[in-house]
Amino acid sequence: MTVLELAQVTKTYPGNPPVSALRSIELSIQAGELIGVVGPSGSGKSTLLQLAGTLEMPTSGLVRVAGADVSQLSDRDLSGLRACHIGFVFQQFFLLESLSALDNVAAGLIYRGEPRGHRLQVAAETLARVGLGHRLGHRPSQLSGGERQRVAIARALVGRPSIVLADEPTGNLDSIAGAGIIRLLRDLNAEGTTILMITHSSDLVVDLPRRVELLDGQIKSDRRSP
Amino acid sequence: MPHSAHALRRSHSGAHLRKSDLLSLASLGPRTRRLRAALSAGGIAIGVATVVAVVGLSQSSKAQLLAQLDLLGTNLLTVAPSQDVGGPQATLPKLAPAMVARIGRVQEVSSIGQVNAHVYRNDRIPDANTDALTVYAADPDLLTTLQGHMAHGEFLSAATNRYPAVVLGAETAQTLGVDRVDGATQLWLGHHYFTVIGILKPIPLAANLDRAALVGFPIATVLLHADGSPVTMYVRTDPDNSLSVASVLAATVNPAHPAAVTVNRPSDALAARAAAKDAFQNLLLGLGAVALLVGAIGIVNVMFIAVIERRTEIGLWRALGATRFYIGIQFITESILISLLGAVVGCLVGVVTVAVYSHQRQWTTDIPPLALVVIVACAAIVGAIAGLYPALRAARLAPIDALRSA
Repeated sequence: MTVLELAQVTKTYPGNPPVSALRSIELSIQAGELIGVVGPSGSGKSTLLQLAGTLEMPTSGLVRVAGADVSQLSDRDLSGLRACHIGFVFQQFFLLESLSALDNVAAGLIYRGEPRGHRLQVAAETLARVGLGHRLGHRPSQLSGGERQRVAIARALVGRPSIVLADEPTGNLDSIAGAGIIRLLRDLNAEGTTILMITHSSDLVVDLPRRVELLDGQIKSDRRSP
Repeated sequence: MPHSAHALRRSHSGAHLRKSDLLSLASLGPRTRRLRAALSAGGIAIGVATVVAVVGLSQSSKAQLLAQLDLLGTNLLTVAPSQDVGGPQATLPKLAPAMVARIGRVQEVSSIGQVNAHVYRNDRIPDANTDALTVYAADPDLLTTLQGHMAHGEFLSAATNRYPAVVLGAETAQTLGVDRVDGATQLWLGHHYFTVIGILKPIPLAANLDRAALVGFPIATVLLHADGSPVTMYVRTDPDNSLSVASVLAATVNPAHPAAVTVNRPSDALAARAAAKDAFQNLLLGLGAVALLVGAIGIVNVMFIAVIERRTEIGLWRALGATRFYIGIQFITESILISLLGAVVGCLVGVVTVAVYSHQRQWTTDIPPLALVVIVACAAIVGAIAGLYPALRAARLAPIDALRSA
């Protein structure tokens, strides 16, 4: 089943001259895949992630998430799509300091209208899944960088989205913590989670089952491991 | 319905935020930045406290006045001759009290008569130093008719009104330095010494008597050359018929020239004072409203800063599924919460202020609960209006722009 489809997608930012961030992108991701998108700075990988996450709209072309053409959706439906089908993991974590790890993860379900008790229960289970079952009441400032990113991953996973979009998830971590996060993403994928990860480091994606290389806004290669 | 939207609706029902979660999200900002929230709520608190204090003090004072009015009654009428400017002191016919007493519904009639004399502490005081005190001849039942009370001593009686005995109004006693009745205090009145036999308490419905010295009609006629004609009559009527009695009084007192007689109801003046307090209250309420407005501007300011500071948070909520509407309503609710916090604190401060002041003045504290509800509701509306524009700015933020600002 296709969970994300980009067809002839172009993204151009206005300016003088206009900046072409993505050109004629064709990408289709099936449920259960783990894809690494790699490319140097300015290659368009962040723009690709934002379009896939419906945080931005393409200048032209089709973006389809969970079967829905995002250009046809209202703000409410787009928001619902993000709430139910897309999980985000950011390089800067974006955790709320005033909330505990448990509440931060439960916040991932807040716009799905689920009761607080249920949210907290699922959040606790998800934190246990990423190895932080013992850190539920800790504030972000009381956690290490690797633990914060695990909390952010738990928040992305808590709603069992169709796809998790990870933007340089190891960018703010040391090599040991970064390797731990990559291991976690692989484990989650092995359990059935679809993950699209972007990174500038080729080393991180070399072992991934599918690797897409971007250069100057175009897909240079799309390789799958045998 | 487009195919894609249809496909989407099959799989989920769109973003939804529970009311309890809305409150929780809206209180996140104030809980995280408590001092700032407290300071911005302070402006509203000052405005609300002002309004509550104004309404409460005015209401308590008015209630006191109306209670006094109830106590004194609205069935006392005064009858006096119409005054010609610059003309001699006019009097009422001598038979007027007897004629008025015959009107049905009239319960009591008493009168005071003009006396061409002044009262001094002793005979050494120059004649010109009258201290603007007036001497009247008075009926022995005047005190009963006015429902007045003695501070010291006794009022004139059938026994004492034939002798040089004087009863002083409250201010007269103070002016002349007489603070007790011992039977030995004498005052120089109309070139004769009069013994002070009583001092009145203030009489709200006949305030002119507070600055008067009262002697009996018989002694006034004999010693002070008064002609016994009343200058003012006090008429106590059946409580439900004071207006109908008032309408016939002038013609009864002076059938030939009713226009030469003026009839008043002194309680009307007290009622007018109560009404005047309303007008003053409006002015102070205006000041309270200005304070509320200043508080609202403070909230607008704080909410704008919050939107700028929390761009990343807004971006995060959008990424997690918040619609533009939810972001906007979160900020408006936050603004309302800050305003309500200020309103509750302001109400408490206002109520305590009114209670303490009323206690000191021996008033009954009277703050209409409805007024508190209206004030808090107004504060909530002010908060909503103050948060509207910042909320629109927050809602319009593109999610990716908000996240990029990190």
